[in-house]
Amino acid sequence: MFRFGARYSFQIARNFSTKLNEIGNLVKQNKVVVFMKGVPEEPRCGFSNAVVQILRMHGVTYDAHDVLQDEGLRQGIKDFSNWPTIPQVFINGDFVGGCDILLEMHKNGELVEELKKAGITSALLETEGSLQDSPNKSKE
Amino acid sequence: MPYSEEHIKNKVTEGLKASHVEVVDQSDGCGAKFLVVVVSDQFQGKPSLQRHRLVHGVLEEEMKTIHAISLTTLTSEQWEKRKP
Repeated sequence: MFRFGARYSFQIARNFSTKLNEIGNLVKQNKVVVFMKGVPEEPRCGFSNAVVQILRMHGVTYDAHDVLQDEGLRQGIKDFSNWPTIPQVFINGDFVGGCDILLEMHKNGELVEELKKAGITSALLETEGSLQDSPNKSKE
Repeated sequence: MPYSEEHIKNKVTEGLKASHVEVVDQSDGCGAKFLVVVVSDQFQGKPSLQRHRLVHGVLEEEMKTIHAISLTTLTSEQWEKRKP
């Protein structure tokens, strides 16, 4: 009985650390990674939707993971980043924040800077730039 | 367990020595979705991420049941500028 219990808890501990390792890899697979409720095409929560809309405005391509599809991921990502809520945004493997912080960064221009650091040019900048110099210049 | 606006307000005010706290229950009464504005000088010199973490820390117990919280974290100086 005791042995069974010990083995069982060992199993849980191992699953837990495997999940955190898995998330550690996930956040590095793309420059921008989002953990959200639903998928970008169909967000299942207003906060997740806000993040999707902000990233769309900046023309960012990103990996999205639906925490509603995986209870282990839903809890795992909270433990991984020590952040209690979803959505969660990662840029260059670093946790950036949730919906409020991303919105704030969008408003004060920090998001454009963070994306630049990751080697991504925000679509908002490109629109401004092309308006200023040559509007007909085709993009690569 | 559902929480009241009053409960959240008292806890945040005390925990962060906040000079001003606004709490709005947006859950239609289920007590698990809140909009919170906190003005505290403990935020001075800290980026948003750290400010939000401070608030999460104070509400650690409550965050287990609160499923959505929208945070605005300001220093007194920022709050003064915001006022009309």
